[in-house]
Amino acid sequence: MRRALAAIALLALGGCGEPPWNNPYPDEQAGDNVLYGAFGERPKHLDPVRSYSANEYAFIAQIYEPPLQYHFLKRPYQLIPLTAEAVPVPAYYDADGNALPADADPAQIAFSEYLVRIRPGILYQPHPAFARDERGELLYHGLDRARAEAVDTLADLPETGTRELTAEDYVYQIKRLATPWLHSPISGLMGKHIVGFEALSERISELAPAPVDGERPFFDLRTVPFEGAEVVDRYSYVIRINNRYPQFQYWLAMPFFAPMPWEAEALYAQPGMKQSNITLDWYPVGTGAFMLAENNPNLRMVLERNPNFHGERYPSEGMPEDAAAGLLKDAGEPLPFVERAVYSLEKESIPYWNKFLQGYYDSSGISSDAFDQAIQFDAAGEAGLTEDMREKGIDLATAVDTSIWYMGFNMVDPVLGGDSERARLLRRAISIAVDFEEYISIFANGRGVAAQGPLPPGIFGHREGEAGINPFVYEWHGGKPVRRGLDEAKVLMEQAGYRDGRDPETGRPLTIYYEAMDAGPDGKARLNWMRKQFAKLGIELVVRATDYNRFQEKMREGTGQVFMWGWNADYPDPENFFFLLYGPNKKIDGGENAANYGNPVFDALFEQMKNMDDGPQRQAIIDQMTEILRRDAPWSFGFYPKSFSLHHQWLYNVKPNLMANNTLKYRRLDPSVREVLREQWNPPVLWPLGALVLVLALGALPAIVIARRRERSSAR
Amino acid sequence: MSAYIIRRLLYALPILIGVNLITFVLFFVVNSPDDMARMQLGDKRVTQEAIDTWKAEHGYDLPLLLNEEARGLDKLTETIFFQKSLKLFAFDFGSSDSGRDIGYDISQRMWPSLAIALPVLLVGLSINISYALMIIFFRATYIDWGSVVLLVAMMSISGLFYIIGGQFLIGKLFHLVPISGYDTGFDATKFLILPVLVGVVGGIGSGTRLYRTFFLEEVNRDYVRTARAKGMRERVVLFRHVLKNAMIPILTGVVAVLPLLFMGALITESFFGVPGLGSYTIDAINRQDFSIVRAMVFLGSVLYILGLIMTDVSYTLVDPRVRLS
Repeated sequence: MRRALAAIALLALGGCGEPPWNNPYPDEQAGDNVLYGAFGERPKHLDPVRSYSANEYAFIAQIYEPPLQYHFLKRPYQLIPLTAEAVPVPAYYDADGNALPADADPAQIAFSEYLVRIRPGILYQPHPAFARDERGELLYHGLDRARAEAVDTLADLPETGTRELTAEDYVYQIKRLATPWLHSPISGLMGKHIVGFEALSERISELAPAPVDGERPFFDLRTVPFEGAEVVDRYSYVIRINNRYPQFQYWLAMPFFAPMPWEAEALYAQPGMKQSNITLDWYPVGTGAFMLAENNPNLRMVLERNPNFHGERYPSEGMPEDAAAGLLKDAGEPLPFVERAVYSLEKESIPYWNKFLQGYYDSSGISSDAFDQAIQFDAAGEAGLTEDMREKGIDLATAVDTSIWYMGFNMVDPVLGGDSERARLLRRAISIAVDFEEYISIFANGRGVAAQGPLPPGIFGHREGEAGINPFVYEWHGGKPVRRGLDEAKVLMEQAGYRDGRDPETGRPLTIYYEAMDAGPDGKARLNWMRKQFAKLGIELVVRATDYNRFQEKMREGTGQVFMWGWNADYPDPENFFFLLYGPNKKIDGGENAANYGNPVFDALFEQMKNMDDGPQRQAIIDQMTEILRRDAPWSFGFYPKSFSLHHQWLYNVKPNLMANNTLKYRRLDPSVREVLREQWNPPVLWPLGALVLVLALGALPAIVIARRRERSSAR
Repeated sequence: MSAYIIRRLLYALPILIGVNLITFVLFFVVNSPDDMARMQLGDKRVTQEAIDTWKAEHGYDLPLLLNEEARGLDKLTETIFFQKSLKLFAFDFGSSDSGRDIGYDISQRMWPSLAIALPVLLVGLSINISYALMIIFFRATYIDWGSVVLLVAMMSISGLFYIIGGQFLIGKLFHLVPISGYDTGFDATKFLILPVLVGVVGGIGSGTRLYRTFFLEEVNRDYVRTARAKGMRERVVLFRHVLKNAMIPILTGVVAVLPLLFMGALITESFFGVPGLGSYTIDAINRQDFSIVRAMVFLGSVLYILGLIMTDVSYTLVDPRVRLS
């Protein structure tokens, strides 16, 4: 017994001073300038022509460089050059090709030209696609099928090379957007805007060779002429847009318009490569601050500093509060700061959260399960960190997303829709009754701001304060918007002809059908809550819960009555929100206007507003449009979600930027602090093992006694 | 025996066709080819033309089961079902709907699944058998009674509880192993300890109870009584004679699941971040990637049938009285 106790004591003491046993990373990475993060869903596509989701942009935006980017610190969001020399200013032309002034009547403008000049001397990352032999021939472009099939990862092509970024690469990528088999999600949209885009698409279909055994041979898009995007010289190219489309400049900051070297496409198109998943969709090639060093989306994605990066400096200017927040301490320093970024696949929120608390992830979101552990609200309703989080030196960053969750009324529905005063009053009454402040509090842990209109904060046209409230739903009291009382909603119901919520035709409670996309058990509480909101007015809400596919189908067919849906901005322009209510963009006609709202006055104002530059005139039109929407109420505006993120004290330069995706290059960290704290937070606790051994030993004693007694006893 | 195996393999064909058909019908009751295209192309700004192009590119522009516009046999062959199913029988799984080679992915992801499942099986088997024999040894004592209560309690607890509890205690509180994650080669060891431990502990309740039943059946047989009458020690009787004879049902049960070890554990892999075939299947279902779902169901069926054939063969190996005909 004495020996056992000594062994337990040794085990217990053995843990002191040891490096953490639960460190999920190799010991040799200790103290390295490596940022650790996680991803919950493996990316589907890493080809910039196809990627269109945040979890994919988290990787490719660090690798591919479109000509423009968003300023990291300045708000409202501001476009600045990335590889371009300057933000291009469009030139306008009439139908005869005559130049027009910048303030020309949009009706006169037949097409706009964006001349983009890129900076010389930018090099691609080292990549086998550029490797050349002694004769200057591309080394890996003539692989036979057997050799190509033997390639398991890109590391099996050990030689690498690089070359200078040219304007041709940008034009090549725009042609890829039109390539039918690449299935770019924006090809339909760009077909409407870029001159000759649809014709190019057809031409590519005609000229390209057919697939062989499911693999499409390389088709050199440089050989296909395209009037919509042309190379001017080695460092300049021009994009021609139909009419006037000022929002096009925002697209130039998205990976869709990043450069693509033809060599990469030629390398990956060799027969046999696809069988090992060596495709452009999985192995990006860019000029950005990072390159993909390990691509294992089932386990881990590793970004490594691009040794050929052209160099960029941390911004020297920001918002007034940025200096106090320490966000300008690195002003003028060369980017990027971190050497590597390791992202591990973490599907479940519980292990992700626990590993963050142990210091193995540098930053984290906050799941509902962990919310109360991390966040507390003060008397004024302001979110702050709990004592536990503050003790660990964790920081909180919050931002109102450039998104909206709204409750839409189907405007082609005979009861709720239409332009009649009856329907309008009914919609307004429902808008008052559905208490989104309560919704935010119950279902979003307070992470949201009740919406007063379609434009979230940070988008030009959004108004704060009393001037920004929706007077049909809110009143201004005590310096804040207060939802109008239920009595007012009931009066509106009565005016609409639904006294006490009863349908005058049947005398029974008015029945409204709610289309829900959350049919699972998690959605039950939400749907019950929604029923209660309508019941306040005496309306019987029938929930038709279904899966997302069927929900979308109902929206496309226009058979729903009320629904909730969301929109996340592509770019920070009011056009990107108002187009969701633009008449010709109705969902039943194939557009994104899910409420199928149409108002000729609103549509005319939209046409005018979308072509304007930001300024007082545009603001005035936006105010008019917002007023129309508030009056007609095709949406109950719902709420703007608010994102909360946590990061450890050793991570610097964290400022939520909801438009920029290439923010990894700005992050800086102090690995020495991280190492010390990880050891402090994760000492191996060994006494339970000793206790377990002891319990088993003690438990075994009576068993041994019984066994001996049995074996010694005589037969019965 | 060869004739028997060949006959069983031929019987498997209609079963596999049936499984494939049922999977196909169930999948397309919930999802249409348009839904699949939307899932791949994204929610925003997708036009019907883009959807049609995607469907044509991936072979989903044909009718599902019957092509009424075609003639003769083409009515059946010019369909999504036929075109997508035929290659499966040659184990050519083709590409996923997102463009990745399924065969390659399976070959990569089966090893992490196996790295968890095999130790869980072997360690679990030895612990369960030893514990069951111990209970038999102490039958009709408080140890027997207490163990049965403990085992029933362990059986009643959800597998998810073991996972979360294990992560909380061993990973979070005691800091002994990483909470989740995986690595390649020998570095995977530290990530395997916890899932294997959880798998073993989670299986003790049902496994030991089952083996206890097998041993109880044997322990009252004549040969056991004879062995005891000859004066053999109880533990010799149990470990040498009872265990040997009870191994027939244990072994055949184990052989049946051997091929399925490759298929992985859905929840375990998801919670521990193990990139195995279980999480591959779950991901595919969530992403509505029919090509992967179909391939994994097909593979699961093939392995299951293979397991049953192996079970039959193993009978002949462990019990010389059994002959396959």
